[in-house]
Amino acid sequence: MAKITINPERCKGCLLCVSFCPKGLIKKSEKLNKKGLNFAEFVLNGECAGCLQCAIICPDCCIEVHK
Amino acid sequence: MEKLFTKTESLYDLPTHYCPGCGHGIAHRLIAEVVDELGIREKTIGIAPVGCAVVAYDYWNFDCSEAAHGRALAVATGIKRVRPHNIVFTYQGDGDLAAIGTNETIHAANRGENLSVVFINNAVYGMTGGQMAPTTLLGQKTSTSIEGRKKEKHGFPLKISEMLALLPGVCYIERVSFHTPAEVLKAKRAIKLAFENQINNLGFSLVEILSPCPTYWGLNPKEALDWTRDIMQKEFPLGRIK
Amino acid sequence: MKKDKILISGNEAIAQGAIDAGCNFYAGYPITPQNEIIAYMSKHMADSGGVSIQAESELAAISMVYGASAAGARSMTSSSSPGISLKQEGISYIAGAQLPAVIVNIMRGGPGLGNIAPSQSDYFQATRGGGHGDYRLIVLAPASVQEAYELTRLSFDLADKYRIPVMILGDGILGQMMEPVELRPKTKTIPQKSWALSGCRGRKPNIVKSFFLREGALEEFNKTLQKNHQIISKNEIRFEEINLSGAKVVLVAYGTMARIAKSAVAKLSSNGKKVGLIRPISLWPFPKTAFNSKDKKLKYLTIEMSAGQMVEDVRLAVNGRNPVEFLGRSGGGVPTEEEIINKVKKLL
Repeated sequence: MAKITINPERCKGCLLCVSFCPKGLIKKSEKLNKKGLNFAEFVLNGECAGCLQCAIICPDCCIEVHK
Repeated sequence: MEKLFTKTESLYDLPTHYCPGCGHGIAHRLIAEVVDELGIREKTIGIAPVGCAVVAYDYWNFDCSEAAHGRALAVATGIKRVRPHNIVFTYQGDGDLAAIGTNETIHAANRGENLSVVFINNAVYGMTGGQMAPTTLLGQKTSTSIEGRKKEKHGFPLKISEMLALLPGVCYIERVSFHTPAEVLKAKRAIKLAFENQINNLGFSLVEILSPCPTYWGLNPKEALDWTRDIMQKEFPLGRIK
Repeated sequence: MKKDKILISGNEAIAQGAIDAGCNFYAGYPITPQNEIIAYMSKHMADSGGVSIQAESELAAISMVYGASAAGARSMTSSSSPGISLKQEGISYIAGAQLPAVIVNIMRGGPGLGNIAPSQSDYFQATRGGGHGDYRLIVLAPASVQEAYELTRLSFDLADKYRIPVMILGDGILGQMMEPVELRPKTKTIPQKSWALSGCRGRKPNIVKSFFLREGALEEFNKTLQKNHQIISKNEIRFEEINLSGAKVVLVAYGTMARIAKSAVAKLSSNGKKVGLIRPISLWPFPKTAFNSKDKKLKYLTIEMSAGQMVEDVRLAVNGRNPVEFLGRSGGGVPTEEEIINKVKKLL
């Protein structure tokens, strides 16, 4: 199973990754980063297929995908 | 663990100054990925525009130059003619490429300069606060077309890519969009082809990207992408133009 | 050994001077009275391995020069007054990016489209920077075809040495007249430019820019420009002086005007009149040090093909120590030798 890491400080909370994750594994965090933005957060439930959709659409290059 | 996706070498590990959901970040990354996939980082020279992407050189890990507003293709011509073995590209917005720099754009294309152009069409002037651009759609509200662009008053959205396609010096023009990850990958393939054309000395290549500006479109980032798909694309159809 | 001379026009001498200085990039746009430069470059640049482009506008030409200079070339553009106004955008960017470049202005009458007669009415524009921002150009004013050749060669060296745009300021007469010129061997070694754009192999990326957004950064940068200006002001003053010893009236003129003034000086001197001449060659930096006479009765007479532009620099240099008179004609008019002699006689 793959997993993604989102750099919370780099993330601007545009949430395009949330919109495009085919399995709904990314959500808006309740927490704020140092810029005061609700960043995107990966839901660790082991279903990520590593499809890269989130990383490809991310305008801020803050997602890494591992397998 | 194996890395399936990570930042590429030609992109510095820095946060950008762009608004959330802005297309510039995607375009910057695609260019950097193409440069690294082609193995040309050490011979690439980028020309940054005047506009929101004025400090694009802060994010790219290769040689770059500034150009006066609209003059990117004249600057690129000077560089490429002096250094034909380097890979030279310009990165220009709609105001830069299709308003103040129309003359430089048309003539560089008409000379068939062996250059690659990444043209960011977001139908608005972002850096100066959301004024009407040459590519603003009819009916689109901006700070200088507050009731929406009217053809009687403001003329029509300028389809400069279609105009340039008429010129014999131009070898490749394609219009792409960022509205889904699959479209982003298509955009990347187009940018790659524009660079490969230059490597193969084929002449002038241009990729027009319908790029979201959530801030001055008054939409959230996802709505902005949907707007490029549902509205903008009707005026600026996607696909290969030449 | 007898040196060969060739008969060429001032415009051609400037073009050949550029080629002999190792200029490998030229971009221009046709405008009278400097068309011989673009024609000469189109014909001869390729022979020396250089590039010559007829640009779509003066704006494009100066930006091409910006690009070529950024890529490490020795580059030049040329035009005449209305075209130079258009180039001011790029000249400001070149100054702001600390790029070397040579700009030739073969002046004609203005304002507006004016006419195509010779003029010196772009002195303010040339010596005050011309475009937006706090900057200067080195401005050199040849008075003969040979000097046009020499100063063009020098201008490339100065541009590279100080990383500053250098302007050759001539007028339609200088550009069009033909004189014998002795050419010198080509410049072989061009300075290495570690800041130039060449691809970042084996080094960190180079960035050529004039944009400084961080608070205080632009002021800091401007101070480095101004420090450079101070060094140039100290090192690069050039002028010619004739018959200053014992002179009662000293004419001040540059370029073509200085030739006419010189013949007036010769005539007046042969009639026993004590008349001298200061001919500024560098207009910026202005040769202030030439105006150091201790004789309080001495009068300066500035003569220009303008309504009075350089005369302001003469007054600044003299700083009230002596009277400064003016004789000038604008709109393409050229003060004659007779007019000068009559004016001098009134002052003596």
